[in-house]
Amino acid sequence: MATALNEHIVTSYEDELINLNKAISEMGGMVEQAITDAANALLKLDHKAAQDVRQYDKLIDGMKDRITEMAVSIIARRQPIAVDLRMVVTAIQVANDLERTGDMAKQLAKRTLQIESLALAPKFYNGVKHMTDLVARQLKSALDAYASRDAAKAVDVCAHDDEVDLMHTSLFRELLTYMMEDPRNISQCIHLLFCTKSLERVGDHATNIAEAAFYLETGRQLGQDETQRQQL
Amino acid sequence: MNVMQQATTSPIEIRTPKMPAMEGRAVSVFYGQKQALYDVSLAIERNQVTSLIGPSGCGKSTFLRCLNRMNDTIDICRVTGEIRLDDEDIYNRDIDVVELRARVGMVFQKPNPFPKSIYENVAYGPRIHGLTRSKIELDEIVTSSLRRAGLFDEVKDRLNEPGTGLSGGQQQRLCIARAIATRPEVLLMDEPCSALDPIATAVIEELIDELRENFTIVIVTHSMQQAARVSQKTAFFHLGKLIEEGHTSDLFTNPKNKQTQDYITGRIG
Repeated sequence: MATALNEHIVTSYEDELINLNKAISEMGGMVEQAITDAANALLKLDHKAAQDVRQYDKLIDGMKDRITEMAVSIIARRQPIAVDLRMVVTAIQVANDLERTGDMAKQLAKRTLQIESLALAPKFYNGVKHMTDLVARQLKSALDAYASRDAAKAVDVCAHDDEVDLMHTSLFRELLTYMMEDPRNISQCIHLLFCTKSLERVGDHATNIAEAAFYLETGRQLGQDETQRQQL
Repeated sequence: MNVMQQATTSPIEIRTPKMPAMEGRAVSVFYGQKQALYDVSLAIERNQVTSLIGPSGCGKSTFLRCLNRMNDTIDICRVTGEIRLDDEDIYNRDIDVVELRARVGMVFQKPNPFPKSIYENVAYGPRIHGLTRSKIELDEIVTSSLRRAGLFDEVKDRLNEPGTGLSGGQQQRLCIARAIATRPEVLLMDEPCSALDPIATAVIEELIDELRENFTIVIVTHSMQQAARVSQKTAFFHLGKLIEEGHTSDLFTNPKNKQTQDYITGRIG
């Protein structure tokens, strides 16, 4: 866990860094919500909810711009170094990954609007539902690791990314089977296949956020070697 | 392979790049009863800029002043430990202090040119140390020193005017020219830019980077950003102790010690 930092002598600088962290937490919450809402909209084929997710993405984009501006302003005026510099640089990275994750939620919503049927067969969406739960958990853990500067938790998130990839591969096979069984399934299954791709990318962004959390806390990049070393 | 082996076993090859230019070993300094520096061991690498940082009274200037025995001028000051210049203890009795200060030059916080002409300011050192045999040689040293200090073009038409008539930044570069005129191995700088505006500071910083090719530089600075900009190695002092030293880029992105982190990020330690 992170060692507690003393306060800056300049309180307005301290406040700016706190506000930056708050903004990241807030944006993280928004994106988590967007992914959950988008997945729910997809599984119920709820067009109204899907429209809301698309609208909500504009707020997420705005949040990213705000965080970038805050970070650039801190760099220009305060010349942060050491842990402060890492905080500002990772804030920009994390905001970027969150914005991309928000885009994935928007992708799910767009697919929802394109699927032309009244309901999905449960056997189609069970796998998608499980994958959504898994990536939502990964995203939450990554954001927690970042907020609490927990390097061990960050390593854990990265180690679990394989599960997301495996699930993506197995869902691909499953959906392929349904398509071969009955060509009438193809349209729905193709849409769902693109959705799983989006979810898989959410998992990748969660990993990026976890890597940023690790760097923030330790000052080291979390490479392949480091992941293995930390797990031993 | 053979050539490589020969190269590594040749004594000259071993001496030049590997050995630090100067090295302090367990240096302690006392002003009367008060101890100002505790057991500091620090190597000053050749052709690199080493910056010493830390809050006021942390001992960084004291350590710097040990490197050319400037502390000798203070009666109550006592230095223990060893400071080696090219494997020779500079506190050895046989050492000629005047000659030592020609080999380890110094530039101070406030530009302090002699109340003489620009030419004489630079010519003074080489002359008293008998480094030249003729006026032509001396002219050559003055010109090349001023050139290296990046000042020549600005003063070439008025070498006989007083050095004190120059601007602050020019005066500081004159002092640098004066310090390098004796061809020192090491150049010590005690907050050389603290009395200068940002442009003059940038000029000096650029100069420090160029001088590194021929000299080893140790700089004391209160500006963290300056230490980060100009030096390859940074040493952080606190309450007379060397807390942390390392590559500048490591120390400023990921300091190992909490005291270092608190100081460089401006936290209440």
